[in-house]
Amino acid sequence: MMLWSVILIPAVAGCVAMVPPLRAIRRMLLLLGAVWHSVAVVWLCLSPAMTAGDSWIALDAPGKLFLVIASALFLAAAVYGLGYLRKEEGTATRGAEEGFLFRNEPEGIFIGCLLLFLASMSLVCICQHLGLLWVAVEATTLASASLIGFHRNHRSLEATWKYLLICSVGIAMALLGIFFLATAGRGHVHGLTLTRLISSATAMDPVWLKAAFILLLVGFGTKMGLAPMHTWLPDAHSEAPSMVSALLSGALLNCAFLGILRGHAVLVAADLGVFSGQLLLLLGLLSMAVAAVFMIRQTDYKRMLAYSSIEHMGIMAIGVGLGGLAATGAMLHAVNHSFAKGLLFLAAGNLLAAYSTKEIQDVRGVLGRLPITGCLWLVGFLAITGSPPFGLFVSELTILKGAIDSGHWITAVLYLAALGAVFIPMARHFLPMAFGSSGESSQNKSCPLEAREPAWSVVPPLALGLAVLAMGLYVPQPLWGAMREAAAAFGGH
Amino acid sequence: MTVCASILHVLMALTLSPLLLGVINRTKAKFAGRCGQPLLQPYYDLAKLLRKGAVYSRTTTWVFRAGPMVGLAAMLLVIGLVPLGGVRALGTFPGDLILLTYALGLTRFMTMLAALDTGSAFEGMGASREAQFSLLAEPVLLLSLAALAICTRSMGLSDIYGSLHTLDSARWVPTASLAAAAIFIVLLVENARIPIDDPNTHLELTMIHEVMVLDHGGVDLGLIQYGAALKLWVFSSLLVGVVIPWQIGQPVLDLLLGVGGIFALAVVVGVVESAMARLRLVRVPQMLAVAAVLTMIAIIWALR
Amino acid sequence: MAVLSDLVVVLLLLTNLRLLGSSRIVACIQTVALQAVVLSVITLASSLSNLTPAVVALTLSTMAVKGLLLPWLLRRAVRGVGVGREVEPFVGFTTSVLIGGGLLGFSFLISKPLLVSAPPGISAMLIPGAMFTILTGLFIVVSRRKALTQVLGYLVLENGVYVFGSSLAVEEPLLVEMGILLDVLVAVFVMGIVIFQINREFDHIDTDKLSVLKD
Repeated sequence: MMLWSVILIPAVAGCVAMVPPLRAIRRMLLLLGAVWHSVAVVWLCLSPAMTAGDSWIALDAPGKLFLVIASALFLAAAVYGLGYLRKEEGTATRGAEEGFLFRNEPEGIFIGCLLLFLASMSLVCICQHLGLLWVAVEATTLASASLIGFHRNHRSLEATWKYLLICSVGIAMALLGIFFLATAGRGHVHGLTLTRLISSATAMDPVWLKAAFILLLVGFGTKMGLAPMHTWLPDAHSEAPSMVSALLSGALLNCAFLGILRGHAVLVAADLGVFSGQLLLLLGLLSMAVAAVFMIRQTDYKRMLAYSSIEHMGIMAIGVGLGGLAATGAMLHAVNHSFAKGLLFLAAGNLLAAYSTKEIQDVRGVLGRLPITGCLWLVGFLAITGSPPFGLFVSELTILKGAIDSGHWITAVLYLAALGAVFIPMARHFLPMAFGSSGESSQNKSCPLEAREPAWSVVPPLALGLAVLAMGLYVPQPLWGAMREAAAAFGGH
Repeated sequence: MTVCASILHVLMALTLSPLLLGVINRTKAKFAGRCGQPLLQPYYDLAKLLRKGAVYSRTTTWVFRAGPMVGLAAMLLVIGLVPLGGVRALGTFPGDLILLTYALGLTRFMTMLAALDTGSAFEGMGASREAQFSLLAEPVLLLSLAALAICTRSMGLSDIYGSLHTLDSARWVPTASLAAAAIFIVLLVENARIPIDDPNTHLELTMIHEVMVLDHGGVDLGLIQYGAALKLWVFSSLLVGVVIPWQIGQPVLDLLLGVGGIFALAVVVGVVESAMARLRLVRVPQMLAVAAVLTMIAIIWALR
Repeated sequence: MAVLSDLVVVLLLLTNLRLLGSSRIVACIQTVALQAVVLSVITLASSLSNLTPAVVALTLSTMAVKGLLLPWLLRRAVRGVGVGREVEPFVGFTTSVLIGGGLLGFSFLISKPLLVSAPPGISAMLIPGAMFTILTGLFIVVSRRKALTQVLGYLVLENGVYVFGSSLAVEEPLLVEMGILLDVLVAVFVMGIVIFQINREFDHIDTDKLSVLKD
């Protein structure tokens, strides 16, 4: 019952928010929806674990992990969003890049789609039936499309169209993969619930299984942002409003990864884990390489953060592809990356609000102008590039250890090389932005000397930053146990 | 008995083919609400032309005079290869469908050569258009016959058409329907029917075949028009054999059934000509590309 | 019976060819509607052995949504957007049709290893036919300029996946099938809204010109 409420309450709230009542009621609905969702998720985590059985929705270990991430990130984004929407009120705004006038989307649709987005992501996490999983992932695509196009200007609309079309086409291929899975289990398995598939995996036809995994990887990999299907990601994540970018990078990519993980679990149960692991490894390394190459010439700081997301999705794919200890590391990495990326995007939102530009070279001396945001920006940089004492260092090290332990030397070398190759350009972009005197910006854009840092814009990223720090300093044993349990489904230990 | 039926078939082809043109013209006239030419008008035209003399331009050579004669000779060869209604053709051997295609090609080649021999740009333009369309139409014809050959596992035209009805219906119906559609399109292209070419007008915009024979007169023109009628008969019998492959058993009755089918097909061609407008010339290669893909589907179907 | 099912698959292939070669958007929309009807017929034919009211209701609703509702929405979008009614392709129509022939051969090739393990009782041409529909949909998405034709390509892709799923008598519960149908409907709806806004901002729906965001 509680499980259903996790989906239904945000969904109902979202539908109600689209009907135009008072503005205050809408925003209250957003906050209430986020708080209720977090409370429900905490309650579900503390209650004894239920076996999946034959039901279509149940909370198993990976789903629980991703649901917690999504819920926490949404709470942070909702708090940030309340202030953001209050700031964006007004009739028409002048666009930062091209100077065209544009009008924002109606607020009711935005809040409604936010809540529906939360509901569909929750459905993805708690889903045990692959057909329903597909329906939920497609629902997330549709809900987030209108979120990306909040500023209805040229760039946002182009990003929305690319996102909508590429992800829909990709997910249609994933549906074909799910049908292949069903055909593989013909005669042995009735229905597409995960428990049934895993229990009779060895009896399924290996040719169809392999073809099914390839399609699932390509399809859900498009939504996850693995190269070479990543082309929509930089555009969509940079043009969306900052808290939407945080949600997309931190929560949605994880949910898409969950689809691939379910397929990987079935193949592992069918003794084809090496095949799927190698494919995941290949795409993961390719994603890291692509991110490293494209990071060098970036001029837009939000696009740079988007490419960083591609890199970290590649790291997670490598972790799961290697299996064993690395898979546990990948689960830990999911948590750390989501929080760190959320922190960075929310801080980037503050930068955009203060400097009115997305160009890296126009933003200088943030530490002086906006002290808290500057600190958060630096903290985020250290976190996302994997420096101790932050959590990503632990998870990346775990994956490295897993690679070396299992003898994948070449993978380990390439992994380290890519990590290093990403660190240098990011440092070149981040550090001058934080330091440097404010007179160095190449264009004399007017930036108020005393920029205000309201509480709503600082507290959520600060909370996320503290979480990443805590995960880096000490990972409590129950948490390790939860990660291990989550990774156990696909060959981890 | 079958040899008599084959000779009867050849005689009927030689005598009845101009009647096909008359039937088509009559159908078009009826559609337009007119009374139309008499059914035997093509015979009167041929008789008139055979009585006339010809004027030969000084730029032409022996090629110009040889063109119509060689073309007609090749068409007569083709008549001897084509079966109808299950009656075997007069001369048939495995692989004769290639000979059929190349004999038709020889006719076309001689016509184009004679047109180029006049040294006029007008005929040259017609020859180039003809070359372009036959470049696409010839493989389509060959491939559709090949699809039928794969289906029936035999290489002789008479064997193919004779055994088509003995196969399991699930095997040949899809292949035959696709091949029939492709052969119909090739029929319209090769015989200069609307929607590819307008046999009535003599405007540069609309002519392909008409413009090539513009300089011929008298006996030569009569030979060319008779050859065109024979070509129409050949293509019609190829198509009728695919669409109505069933046989009664009596050779003469089957032959009459086939001839009836040919005349019905002539009426259909007349209807198609009346219902459609002429396509723009750039659309004709598209139509032939569609026909080519249809034959490809037919071959793939036959191969499974 | 086998002949009829073969002929229906041939009809499916011919609709794909018409989509590749047609130059008018309205003709393409009508062809996609026809394809939806053909799909419903294939679904009905392949589940004749266990015909329940649920299956019949599902088939009829698929025919209604994909064959009537979606084409109506798309035609309204064509009128509302007001841009020309010509499909503007990157490759010419003749080349598109010939590439379609190549895709057909390719889909037969890749269906060969899968045909061996295919369940009995369905037309042997259905799996290649479904693959061909999927490849045609992908090709249309890639090779057409106008955003509306890309939506049509997505619909054809979904049709191909649906043919594959339903004709292999994959035992999808009714709820999931309805969910998939609803998702496609809402997806086309949202795409239509975005196209409308793109047209309002840019005054065209030529996706080739949407190239501001790049590295």
